Order: sequence, then structure tokens, then C-alpha cells
Amino acid sequence: MTSPDYKAFFARFRSLLALGLMVLALSLLSDRFLIPDNGWNILRQISVNLCLSIGMTLVILGGGIDLSVGAILGLAGAVAAGLLKHGLGIPGTTLWIEFTVFGAILAAVFVGGAAGWCNGFAVTRFKLPPFVATLGMLSIARGLTMLWTGGFPITGLGYDFGHIGTGAFLGMPLPVWIMLALTAVFVVVTKRTRFGRHLYAVGGNERAARLTGLNVGRIKLAIYTLAGALAGVAGLIVTARLDSAQPNAGLGYELDSIAAVVIGGTSLSGGRGSVAGTVLGCLIIGVLNNGLFLLNVSPFWQQVIKGGVILLAVALDKMNSKGRET
Amino acid sequence: MIPAATNDVLIDATGIEKSFPGVRALAGVSLQVRAGRLVALLGENGAGKSTLMNILSGVFPPDAGTIRVVERVVPNAPSLTEVRFASPRAAQALGIGIVHQELNLIPGLTVAENIWLGREPRTAAGLIDYARLHADTVAILTRLDLPVDPETLVGELRVGQQQLIEIGKALSADARVLILDEPTSSLSSHEVDVLFNVIADLKRAGVGLVYITHKFEELARICDDLVIMRDGRLVGTATYGELTRDALVRLMAGREPKEIFQKTTTTPGAELLRAEKIVLPGDGAGRRFLVDHVSLTLRRGEVLGIFGLIGAGRTELLETLFGQHAGRATGTVTVEGAVARFRGPADAIAAGLAFAPEDRKRDGVVLPMSVLANASLADLRPALRGGFVSPAREHAHIATYLERFRVKTPSVDELIINLSGGNQQKVILAKWLATGPKILLLDEPTRGIDVNAKREIYTFIDELTQAGLGLIVVSSELPEILALADRVLVLCEGRATAEFSRADATPERVLSAALPDRAMALAS
Repeated sequence: MTSPDYKAFFARFRSLLALGLMVLALSLLSDRFLIPDNGWNILRQISVNLCLSIGMTLVILGGGIDLSVGAILGLAGAVAAGLLKHGLGIPGTTLWIEFTVFGAILAAVFVGGAAGWCNGFAVTRFKLPPFVATLGMLSIARGLTMLWTGGFPITGLGYDFGHIGTGAFLGMPLPVWIMLALTAVFVVVTKRTRFGRHLYAVGGNERAARLTGLNVGRIKLAIYTLAGALAGVAGLIVTARLDSAQPNAGLGYELDSIAAVVIGGTSLSGGRGSVAGTVLGCLIIGVLNNGLFLLNVSPFWQQVIKGGVILLAVALDKMNSKGRET
Repeated sequence: MIPAATNDVLIDATGIEKSFPGVRALAGVSLQVRAGRLVALLGENGAGKSTLMNILSGVFPPDAGTIRVVERVVPNAPSLTEVRFASPRAAQALGIGIVHQELNLIPGLTVAENIWLGREPRTAAGLIDYARLHADTVAILTRLDLPVDPETLVGELRVGQQQLIEIGKALSADARVLILDEPTSSLSSHEVDVLFNVIADLKRAGVGLVYITHKFEELARICDDLVIMRDGRLVGTATYGELTRDALVRLMAGREPKEIFQKTTTTPGAELLRAEKIVLPGDGAGRRFLVDHVSLTLRRGEVLGIFGLIGAGRTELLETLFGQHAGRATGTVTVEGAVARFRGPADAIAAGLAFAPEDRKRDGVVLPMSVLANASLADLRPALRGGFVSPAREHAHIATYLERFRVKTPSVDELIINLSGGNQQKVILAKWLATGPKILLLDEPTRGIDVNAKREIYTFIDELTQAGLGLIVVSSELPEILALADRVLVLCEGRATAEFSRADATPERVLSAALPDRAMALAS
């Protein structure tokens, strides 16, 4: 029988197929689409979303959700910018710590990771639903960002720091390097490490995972911490590219990253999906945004169309998984 | 049985066939339901009983065959009309009610709201008439001798009480045919008595009943006719009393009952596990102790069988031994003489314990993962190369265990969700054996598993015993316990009520010790 094979093939490479069709259609519709500059553009544009979405993939594979990544992005970016520009005074003393670019980078990742750890702690220790725990963190991180910045952008961060967002190495933009490196690392982490395997098990059946002796709490804590740290990296890219930390940076980004994960075929109920799928999901959203922009479609319509694509992707996924179960 | 021509037939189903992808669930089954009589439907798991009941109650249509039902409109001059149900609601409208084996209640609604869900009495203004709702519910609860307030949330009731509410829901619809699918599985003996009185009342009122059960001892009290199914076919019909229990079991199983399994005799070795005064307090809603000062020992090369009815605390005892209720449970556990303090399953596993849970889908397997990944989940270390999972190593390490338990799967990369219950259980055994355990806890190891896979599981239990493991097997199937166990520990309402050596463990003694009301022990 060839039809199930064909079906399985289609299901497996559906996202890739969709991406291919979009690229084909846009190449025919616009002569500004399929040129190298635009390709780099798209990759640079998706790099932030991909950093967030890799973390989101881990969280969703593990059976949770993280609404706070956008706010953590904003906080981490602001912290890095503030430390770089003003340093850090120790309260009650006259000590003042200056930060190098490298120090600021570490601080951003650390702040992101710490916020993520708090999410994980709330979920594992106090058994809060991830939706609620991370919704709380969304508000907390956003508020802390406002407190830290006083509501004003922190600008003028210097050439070295800006390099992270605008520089290139061997002809490839640095954000794209970061994105590719993180993708490679997390494909290996999810597919080839014990932690990755346990992540799928916890998301696929938490009770069975616990009864098989897995330390479910520790795994979840690691998941949320990683998602926070990755949001910190995304915050660095955003801040460096703009040469300024905006208090509202990352507003609503969590929705784009959930969209990318879902379009990439990861199941919101956990345990099923992949980082590779999420890369495709990000590419699809990126190409769609870019193509609609090139075709002069109004940004309002862009949102409507993006929403339609999300619904279509999930509907196809449901239809497919139904066909497999009966 | 009296021929079909009599006019007390309420439902006449003939030649019912139903296939699901890959399975022929029903192959030409006929069944009559008659007024004022209870027909018991017997058969092993997978015989097709539930499928047949789902068809009669409109859950899904048959592929072939006819169903004729007495129309409600002419109760005094019954005439059968052929029907094709479009939905459970359509079947209900024709007076066919069903109490499914699983509970279908909404925990966040009250008892009254659940019973009348979708049929709530209305006031003239179209709002729910709560006064009448309350009064009607009180009437139903009185019939069921259930002392709960109609305003109680269903989620706050014990499972047994919930099951009675489910029955009340069926009663409230004034069904003329009532189908009960294993309704007593979590009822206390008093609740069972109440249910049987209700059944007797219904029979007097001319209601026809279909009753699915595995408990022979219940039949004597309520049963009029018997229908026995096996592998989607009818293998026997009789009036109750015509067939002996042995004959019934033979029909159900298609083989001699004593042929369940021939155990190899082994001499138990040194003591592996000792548990003293294990106590697991209840969570406040039900009994004070789920496990009530239970002590046990297990030796190398020995099978300890634990028998008890549902609610006896069997699963809770195993879970406690496995460290799952650390913090709540008390008692001493020693493994090979050393005191063990398990803070969780991981500690128990490290001490050489392994636990195959009763509800495989919920607690045993990770459905979206492959057979291989499920089997290697408990210990991935042998699959690592330089800290990373090596598929080749994982495969090499696990394949031997999957082969040892003869797991049938198209490939080890197949998702475990696509395997039969028996093969899923074998994967779980493979997973644990790969950790090199000393003590294996098996909770209902053959539940929902077909006959052949059952025999295989029995063989594995035997082999593992000979290999020097200590096994604790919990089962609610008496023949299974008697066939497998070297010693039988009987639990009833959380307490250990008796312990028998293999030689002393007769079905009557064991069952008698398991029944809360000793007078009920009459199965013969």
C-alpha cells in the first residue's frame, strides 16, 4: 500500500512543503524576494524569535507553556544595557561595579535564567499551573524593567556591544551565527542527551515518568531556567541591534514564539514535536512577514493572515493525529 | 431460553456485526432483552460485550444486523419496530438507558444537576425549577439509600457513591431497558445490596435489564438468563442455573479453568523485602486508612500474591512500598536486611525495586514515545557514549530485553501507542528488567490483555521467579492469584485479613477473607 506511506511522508514534511510553496509563490510575485540580501534579512529578523522559540519548544515539549519570555527578554536587555552604561552601585556603600561587554552579556543571560528558574520553582514547588506562574512572571518582569529603566530607553551602548546585533563574521550576521549555534546545541540536547529524553517523557506522561524514577521537578526546573536564559540571549540581540534597550522590548513576543512552535508541529499537550520543527515554524512566520511586507500588504492584514496560518497549521495537525489513532 | 415469539421481548437484536480497523469486534451476535428479566452478559475482556452494549445504546451504529425495539407509544400491545439509532439521545428517547463502566459525571456540578443533566425541570419562565429538581433528586437518592445532600458536588463523593449517582441518573430517565456495565466494581457490600434491591424492584416493574459482570457470586442474586460471549461471538445462552460455574468458565475461556497456568515449583531463598506496619492515611474524604497496618515479607524466588476487591488498598500498598507516598505513609521497609527510606520512586528503583502499575496508559507508558525510548527510560546510562545517547548502543542494550519478552512490534521505533495492551505490558517488563531489579511489583499485570498475552505474562512471571527475583503480584482475578502465588496475602478495606500458603489457598477461603461482609462469600 502506498497511500499511508504518502500520507506519513506528507505529515512529516508538511511544514517544509508549506515553506517551499511560500518561497516559490513569493519568488514569482516579487522580484525583490529571492535575492541574497533579502535572505539574510529574513534570517536576521527571525533570530530573536528563534531564540525565544527554542526555549518555548523545551517548555511545551515538557508539557508546559511560558508566557513570560517576551517580558524576560525586555528585562534582560534592559539590565545588560543599564549595567554596561551605568554599572551597578552596591546599596549602602560607595562601591560601584563597572561592566564590560562580556560581563553585561553574562548578566543578561543570568537574569533571564533566574527569572526562568523562578517560573520553574513556582510550577514544581507550589504546583502552580504553568499558565498562571508565567503570567505572573510576565507582569513582574515587565514591572521590574520599568523600575530599572524608569520608563525611558537606555541608549548609546557603544560599538562593541552593538556588534552583537549588527556585526558579521565570515560574511554571516552575528545574530544568525548565534541562532544557528543555539539550534545545533538544542537539537543535540533534545535528541541525544538524557535530559532531552527525560524532557519528552515528562511532557508525554508525567505520572509514568515519575514512576520510572525520573526527577520530574528537577527536569522542569531546568526547562524553565533554559527558556529564561534563552530569552536573555534574545534580549541581548534585540538591544544590541537597536543600540538601545526599550522598556517595552519584547512586548507580545511570547505569542509569536508559541505560534512558531505550534506551526512547527509541536503538540501543545506535550511530548511530541522537535526543535527542528520549530526552526521551520520560525522560517514560515519570517518568510510570511517578509513576503507580505514586500507585497505591500498592510500590517493589519499581515496579522489576520498570520492568525489564519496558525489555525490552519493546528487544524492540519489535529486531522493528522486523528487519522493515526483510529 | 423461551423462543423469540413471546411478547415480553423489549429489544430483539439479531446478526449484529461491527468491525473497527484491524479488529472484528462483533461477528453476528443476537441478543434479546425481555421485560422483568435480567440477562447477564459474560465474557472475558475483549469478548465484545461493551461494543454490543454501545450499539444497543446508540453510541455507534452496527455495520450489519437489525435492532428491533418496543415502541413506547403502545405499551399494552407491544410490537417491535426496527430502529437505527443516530445517537445515545435517540436510544434514550426509546427508553434504553445505560450505566457505563467508566463514570461520566461532571465533578463540578451537584448531585441533582448531574442526575438531571439535559433534562432539568423548567419553570414557566424557562429557568431551571430548582425546587422540583431537589425533590425529584431526593426521591432518587432515597431509592438508592444514599444519604447525601442533592446539593453536594459530585467531585466530593467517593467513587462508589459516584457510581450510584450514575445509576440514579439512569433510573431518573424511567428507562424500560437498563444496561449496567460492571456497576458494582467500586461499590461497598451495602451499596451492592441496595443496588440489587433496586434491580429487583425494576424487574417487578417490568423493566428489562442487561448486566455485564465478572463476578459470578453476583449472578445467583439477580440473574435470570445468561449470555456468554467470546471473541465477538455468542458461545452460549442459558437460563441461570442450567450451567455450572465450571461450564460457564469453560465457555468464556474456551478451555479448562485449571489450565490457566502450571507453575514451576521453586524453593524460596533469603528474605528480600520486609515491610512492617505500613500505614497510609486517607485524604480525608473516604476511609481513615487506605492501608491499615499491613506487614509482609518477600523472599528470593517467591511470588507473593495479594488479593483483594477494588478499594481494598492493593494499589495503595504497592505504591507505598515503591516510595510514592513518602511523607504521608508510615511503617518500616527493609530491603535485604537494610532499612530503606524511600523519598520517591527513584530511591526505590535504586534499591532494586520495580513497579508495573495497573493503569498502563495513565501510569506505565509514555504514549507519544517509541517502544525503544519507553524501554530505555528507566536507565539510559548503558545507551550513552561520551555523555550522549547513542541510538546504536541504546538499540543493542534494549533489544535483548524486548526479545526476551517477545514484544511484537513492526519496529522498535514504532510509537508505543500503536501496540496492544499485552505488548505494552511486555515493554514495561523489559524496561524494568533492564535495570536489573531484585523485587518486581506487578499491579494487575494482565488487566485488559488478551488470553494469549496473558499466558505469556504468566510464563515470564514464572521465569523471573526461577531466576531468583521476588515478585509481588496484585490481582482481582482469583484464579490468576491462585495459579501464580506461592503465598497469598488477602486485603480487605486496607487491612490484611488473612495469609495462606499455596496449599491452603482455596478460592473459598481467599474470597471469604476478601469480602467485607463474610456472609457474602458463597461463590462456588
